[in-house]
Amino acid sequence: MRPPIQPHNLVLRIAAKMLIPPILMFALYVQFHGETGPGGGFQAGVIFASAFVLYALVFGVGLARAVATERLLRVLASLGMLLYITVGMASLFSGANFLDYDVLAQERMEGQHLGIFLTELSIGITVAAVMMMIFFSFAERGVRP
Amino acid sequence: MLAVIRLRNLFAVVMLFGIYSFLAAALFVTLNAVDVAFTEAAVGAGIATFLMLSTLALTVRREKLRRKRSVIPLLVVTSIGATLVYGTFDMPYFSDPSAPLHSHVARHYIESSTAEVGVPNLVTAVLTSYRGYDTLGELTVIFTAGIGVLALLGYRKRGGKR
Repeated sequence: MRPPIQPHNLVLRIAAKMLIPPILMFALYVQFHGETGPGGGFQAGVIFASAFVLYALVFGVGLARAVATERLLRVLASLGMLLYITVGMASLFSGANFLDYDVLAQERMEGQHLGIFLTELSIGITVAAVMMMIFFSFAERGVRP
Repeated sequence: MLAVIRLRNLFAVVMLFGIYSFLAAALFVTLNAVDVAFTEAAVGAGIATFLMLSTLALTVRREKLRRKRSVIPLLVVTSIGATLVYGTFDMPYFSDPSAPLHSHVARHYIESSTAEVGVPNLVTAVLTSYRGYDTLGELTVIFTAGIGVLALLGYRKRGGKR
């Protein structure tokens, strides 16, 4: 990656500052609105990661790394996988098939909603973390002194 | 697409691929496949283009010219392409109502997903409820890809300390 953009590049910095919060909000909207509208975990994760990518491009990888540390991203990526499998195992231990959400709650519909919500959430977490991980490993490779 | 084959400047090729992805997303929108279009625009045009650009930043920007003509790769590609085209002859005609796509489980999904899953978006219902196991596989693929990239490129700190 190129070195971070110099401080005098004011327009880009302010535009990025204005854009990043809506991008994050939109990612969350896509995440939690995936049941009723287009979208879901995969898209939301990518959009969420793109906000971090924009931040890292404008303000430098180091500052972005202060929030999204290597350890955090690794933990999040694994956590998403773990959550997905846990949902599957939960229905397995409740006496249904693997990833059969009917038994997760008292009502069958509620169980389905809960299962879809949790799996979409885990997809979003893992995709966002992996995308950021890939981006940072590319970016930091470039600025090696 | 012809321009992609002819161009030697890889930067322009990546940009053309991004444009192509956006066009594909627009095509999916006109086909009423909003979820697919969304994914194509976010992943295909956004992240994939960006990742290819960052790969270019690590490598070189221009394709190497090869003087030697290679016959065997051409033969392999042509034969595989011919086989694939031959395979499409067995596919059902476009919008054929008796195609397996319409007569197998799709009808069940469309008719009873509201009663069985209760989610307005049919795509989400199929993706995470009916086909949850497949989606787990997709997630595993992404996770493995991340691990692979980390194994190949990652850990600058640890390498620097050594």
